[in-house]
Amino acid sequence: MNETLVLPTTRDEEWRYADGDWLAEADPVALGYWHEHEVAAGDVERGFALIEPGEGSKVDRLRVHVRAGGRYEHFVINAGAQYTRCELDVVLEQGAHFELGGVILGGGDARGEIVTRVKHGPEASSNQVVRAVQWGRSVGNFLGRIEIPRDSQEVDAAQNFKAILLEAGASANAKPELEIYADDVKAAHGAAIGALDETATFYMASRGIAPEAARKLLVRAFIADAFVSVKHEETRDDLLEQALHFLEGAAL
Amino acid sequence: MLQIENLHATVGGKEILKGLSLTVNAGEVHAIMGPNGSGKSTLSYVVGGRPGYEVTQGSVLFDGQDLLALEPHERAAAGLFLGFQYPVEIPGVSFVQFLREAANAQRKGRGEEPLSGGEFLKLAKEKAALLKLDMDMLKRPVNVGFSGGEKKRAEMVQMGILDPSFAVLDETDSGLDIDALRVVGEGINAIMRKPDRGVLLITHYQRLLDYVKPDAVHVLAGGRIVKSGGPELALELEEQGYEAVL
Repeated sequence: MNETLVLPTTRDEEWRYADGDWLAEADPVALGYWHEHEVAAGDVERGFALIEPGEGSKVDRLRVHVRAGGRYEHFVINAGAQYTRCELDVVLEQGAHFELGGVILGGGDARGEIVTRVKHGPEASSNQVVRAVQWGRSVGNFLGRIEIPRDSQEVDAAQNFKAILLEAGASANAKPELEIYADDVKAAHGAAIGALDETATFYMASRGIAPEAARKLLVRAFIADAFVSVKHEETRDDLLEQALHFLEGAAL
Repeated sequence: MLQIENLHATVGGKEILKGLSLTVNAGEVHAIMGPNGSGKSTLSYVVGGRPGYEVTQGSVLFDGQDLLALEPHERAAAGLFLGFQYPVEIPGVSFVQFLREAANAQRKGRGEEPLSGGEFLKLAKEKAALLKLDMDMLKRPVNVGFSGGEKKRAEMVQMGILDPSFAVLDETDSGLDIDALRVVGEGINAIMRKPDRGVLLITHYQRLLDYVKPDAVHVLAGGRIVKSGGPELALELEEQGYEAVL
């Protein structure tokens, strides 16, 4: 389904951290295209998305409707080398659940984004964990909106974003938005952006682990947070290895 | 084994160590006591090579080689172990993974074959048992959710696994109850009381020295050693306090 035929600009709140130059010349039809997906009542479905460095600038948009009591899990690795945006628009009916594990990795001039909007029905729940590792002059962005309308009581929504900047010059932006109109809900959000923990690297060095290996272990543990909710151990390890693979060439 | 000569060190531009000299020979355990702020922890960090602790004068020789010229991980591979006053939590990295990586990095640095997973687990189980630490705790992330006493016992398990020739233990006795103190004391003896090994014990209290008998006791005050003596000095300090003794 195509909608946006007017191109967004970085003056639009939802695109404020986007690559404005690329947007100005983007194909409006491609940009306005949404993949649509529906999860039937009570069903459990899982989606995986991977953006590799070679893919060029792009915007991937997915709209998911989860019927009552259903569950949708989405895991995404955004390792684009240019401007790459993964956008998810999720509607949860009564008692439905949405789980997101996202990783953004980038160096050079990469600008990677994960953007979510999750609209909760009554007793719906969601959990979003996004981790970004940036080096070079790259930028990692997470824009996450949690919507809880007035009649959606007993919602439990959580959102957590952390970014590690491996070098001066890299940056990250967090834009959590909570629109809560119901009064009996839990909604948690957290965001932290910082460098690798130097105390931990010294502790590891004091045990004989060289700085680069120590930083690799720390980054691995950091990224692993995003895949904690993957129950299947092999799948979880595969996702982690896939993500770590894109760290080659990072300033570790 | 460890020779510290006229060591001066600054932290954040402030001089903390002001001409500290100390020699620990192989087979010896030396205790360093001293009031808060005297430079005890700074000494351990300088010996370990922590970034931000700058040596402005003096030398530290370890088995004859210039310790200060080595990176922290190279000091570990050379046989130095640092027991932390506040062991660091590392979420997401299990003790087993961390210590196997550490042990094998050290072995690689010395040109030895890495330990297999099985060999490593056997070693870890043995050392955990020595310190009466449940092996399951080593499957958990490094120090995360450990009590103060468990962290200190885990430090000693690490020491047992890494098998250093010299250990600097910074207030390893703090946060331990009486039973744990004995277990840790006996662990230090079992691991380090050998003719080719040495220990520098940094402590506030005499009680650890009931279990780990020192060959010498030094008092650190104002960034240098102001008094040295035998084990009786520790008892004297415990009874009379630093002010009376200095």
